[in-house]
Amino acid sequence: MMKKPFAITLDVGSSLANHTGSWRTERPVYLDRLPPCNNACPAGEDIQGWLFHAESGDYEQSWRSLVENNPLPAVMGRVCYHPCEGACNRGQIDSPVGINSVERFLGDEAIKRGWKFEPPAKQSGKQVLVVGAGPSGLSAAYQLARMGHKVTIHEAGPLSGGMMRFGIPKYRLPRDVLDAEVQRIVELGVTIKYDTKVTDILESMKTGKFDAAFLAVGAHIGKRTYIPAGDSAKILDAVSVLRSMEGEDQPMLGRRVIVYGGGNTALDVARTAKRLGATEAIIVYRRNRERMPAHDFEVEEALQEGVMIKWLSTIKQAGDSSIMVEKMALDDKGWPQPTGEFETLEADSVVLALGQDVDLSLLDAVPGLEIKDGVVQVSKNMMTSHAGIFAGGDMVPSERTVTVAIGHGKKAARNIDAWLRGASHEPAPKHEVAGFDKLNPWYYSDAPKTVRPVLDIIRRQSTFEEVVGGLDETNALYEARRCLSCGNCFECDNCYGVCPDNAVIKLGPGKRFEFNYDYCKGCGICVSECPCGAIKMVPEQI
Amino acid sequence: MDQTVKFYQTGTFTVGNRLLSEENRSVQANMQRTNSLNSGHRACQGCGEALGARYAIDAAMNASNNQLIAANATGCLEVFSTPYPETSWQIPWIHSLFGNTAAVATGIAAALKVKGRRDVRVVAQGGDGGTTDIGFGCLSGMFERNDDVLYICYDNEAYMNTGVQRSSATPPAARTATTMPVGPEPGNVFGQGKSVPLIAMAHGIPYVATATVADLRDLEAKVKHAMSLNGARYIHIFVPCPLGWGAASHDTIRLARLARESGLFPVFEAEFGEVKSVSKIRHRVPVEEYLKPQRRFAHLFGKNPAFETIARIQATADRNIRKFGLLEEAVS
Ligand SMILES: Cc1cc2nc3c(=O)[nH]c(=O)nc-3n(C[C@H](O)[C@H](O)[C@H](O)COP(=O)(O)OP(=O)(O)OC[C@H]3O[C@@H](n4cnc5c(N)ncnc54)[C@H](O)[C@@H]3O)c2cc1C
Ligand SMILES: Cc1ncc(C[n+]2csc(CCOP(=O)(O)OP(=O)(O)O)c2C)c(N)n1
Ligand code: SF4
Ligand SMILES: [Mg+2]
Repeated sequence: MMKKPFAITLDVGSSLANHTGSWRTERPVYLDRLPPCNNACPAGEDIQGWLFHAESGDYEQSWRSLVENNPLPAVMGRVCYHPCEGACNRGQIDSPVGINSVERFLGDEAIKRGWKFEPPAKQSGKQVLVVGAGPSGLSAAYQLARMGHKVTIHEAGPLSGGMMRFGIPKYRLPRDVLDAEVQRIVELGVTIKYDTKVTDILESMKTGKFDAAFLAVGAHIGKRTYIPAGDSAKILDAVSVLRSMEGEDQPMLGRRVIVYGGGNTALDVARTAKRLGATEAIIVYRRNRERMPAHDFEVEEALQEGVMIKWLSTIKQAGDSSIMVEKMALDDKGWPQPTGEFETLEADSVVLALGQDVDLSLLDAVPGLEIKDGVVQVSKNMMTSHAGIFAGGDMVPSERTVTVAIGHGKKAARNIDAWLRGASHEPAPKHEVAGFDKLNPWYYSDAPKTVRPVLDIIRRQSTFEEVVGGLDETNALYEARRCLSCGNCFECDNCYGVCPDNAVIKLGPGKRFEFNYDYCKGCGICVSECPCGAIKMVPEQI
Repeated sequence: MDQTVKFYQTGTFTVGNRLLSEENRSVQANMQRTNSLNSGHRACQGCGEALGARYAIDAAMNASNNQLIAANATGCLEVFSTPYPETSWQIPWIHSLFGNTAAVATGIAAALKVKGRRDVRVVAQGGDGGTTDIGFGCLSGMFERNDDVLYICYDNEAYMNTGVQRSSATPPAARTATTMPVGPEPGNVFGQGKSVPLIAMAHGIPYVATATVADLRDLEAKVKHAMSLNGARYIHIFVPCPLGWGAASHDTIRLARLARESGLFPVFEAEFGEVKSVSKIRHRVPVEEYLKPQRRFAHLFGKNPAFETIARIQATADRNIRKFGLLEEAVS
């Protein structure tokens, strides 16, 4: 024994010998909860995940993380109806994170900087046929190519994009943006054969020696309705009008254009008519604004551009320079009922925007397919009842949006890949959702949403220039940093700091933290003070 | 919107922030922080005092190049950290008596001066009982002589170590083991007690500050600034006590935050007797929000709430808000 100072008889010991963790009845554990934005994204994007990289200004990493799930961010940053923002927890503090605008910034940045997709490590030797180069077909082709399969797209038309090109007008989606993102998929090794309409899928698969097929032919046949009309009445359908916008000859609609329908397509046609020089573009819709399927922001933009909307009206008759509409009244179920009141509107043309049907003729020769309400039924792995033939997008039962179509393409690709290997794809179980009640919002700085610049109204009425502008670097960074990182550790060091027992071990940048259960007494302060809800208490097994 | 200000997601509200540059990060966020008060101490679950002491002493160590000696009054902090011969302290540390820690620190400072060790700095620390009651004479003397000591009081508003007896820092209406348990007005009486920060200011010493465990960055900045000065300095840190207050162990920081946001605990700093800055209230809350989660105030709520008493406590908060200008609008 060492010689001790005066009046000291025992060696000094450290309290580390005292394992206070044994007092615990509950223990904190780290977890990743599912952010509400991710949960709401039909394309299954890991939004919080890519925002995390954008927050530190690493836009390339952010973009790479984004394109894991969606190869068309510049397109989606323009046309997606962003259900993510509707679900965003930040909406309960000030306003939702402008996810869509950051996505667009990343997409545009990737085009500007020429970022490419990583080619697959090795080839599988399998061949997959994709029918249709719309968003769903492109998404599936991209995912399959990354898994090493050889993919060929057969596209009936002369150009890629499907409804993204032949439906969505240029003022919402400039074509150079679409072209750049499709080109990147082609450079990954996807072959697109244009002007190649598939008329018999089994035949095409056999001739091309394909091991599997993904069908994404969309819904392109404009629905018609019976309207008694004079011989010279000009009645067109919305899809054809928008499609002809892509050709040499612009459609002749006249000065007074009536659009019949209440969906986004009706708005796109009316806004297009305005830009083509119509003095009046009037939408005739049988119900009221609350019941209109079109999105509010699009209605707002159309009204600003001078589009008029005749609510609660149906077209009874069409003549060569006028139409007759009947006023409707909603019954208690919200359905329109005729009132017997009529009105005449001047009209040079009537455009029907009543929805689209699917042309399923390529499946005529396939036995045993289940078709209901004009769409092909698929199982939860996106396969039709014919083995090896999968389908997605507008031709299967679902909401018809680009985002859903992209999600279907990804999901189908994963299942096709598994099917080709004789396996089945089991999606990872969903984590519990990080609701607002799981957060400690105190810790987030106050920061209202950045508003995207909007094209001057005069230019919007007369040109096809893009209406909504993008964010610049500072705005995008600001917007990304508004993210609360719901349910996922963003390394704010709070747990490491607030533990009165130093029972949190910091593992270093990017490595997050670990509990030292030798000393954790289970007070739960780390859980309460974690801003983003990435820790929870679980009962100790005693 | 013209966005010129830089925005860092959580700014300095959180302990760390990967988006800030190294020099703008907190001492507590550092992987190599000293952990002056080490694991294995015997403080209760969720102890605010243990947390506040590590925050403060780590910051003082950082500011003094790890050349620090602490004197520590009797009280929870001393008892839970150092049951002889074991200790949680990773710094030279001396246990004084309950009431003389300021004097012991004065002695250490005098000895260092004699030895010419200007590099070694001295802190004294104690609970509210050891500071505002029994140690008050020694403390006042230390101030008056302007001894080169930073005195840190960890205020948990009662004598916790001996079983929650009332101190002169116990707030009105709070129940303790030595206040009226029942009757028309249980709990501590109104109109007694004292504010040692204001009394310290009356001594005209170089630096006086208050802080809470709910705002680490503010606490660290104050300790750092205090360590850059010489002479007598005083920091009064508000540290909730789950056991003594009858609060959930996970609510320690939340309660400190609510004390500040309600105006009941004003956070400010003063130099030579003059208030230099106050921490503004960010999201003002009524005092009920702070009082309700604590069992020591339970008699104010329940079936027949003591509206009048709550109103008196609210009036105290309002007075603090006026007096210190705790609201943003109050800036002239
Ligand atoms: C006017 C309009 C505006 C819209 N705006 C939006 C919007 O802003 N946001 C949004 O999310 N969604 C919008 N949508 C919906 C969206 O465009 C569709 O849901 C989406 O494009 C569907 O994708 P898809 O891949 O299933 O089909 P499509 O995009 O329709 O693509 C199908 C492709 O298959 C090709 N094809 C068809 N038959 C064959 C065949 N037999 N052989 C070979 N190729 C074939 C077609 O030529 C086409 O290229 C809009 C739709 C319209 C009509
Ligand atoms: C002269 C003297 N009287 C009484 C005691 C018993 N005693 C030890 S600690 C303590 C209370 C400490 O209260 P406080 O200073 O507020 O510190 P806390 O325990 O609350 O942190 C008392 C009364 C003592 N040690 N010495
Ligand atoms: S705050 Fe971030 S993680 Fe949370 S929902 Fe909004 S975008 Fe997603
Ligand atoms: Mg005390």
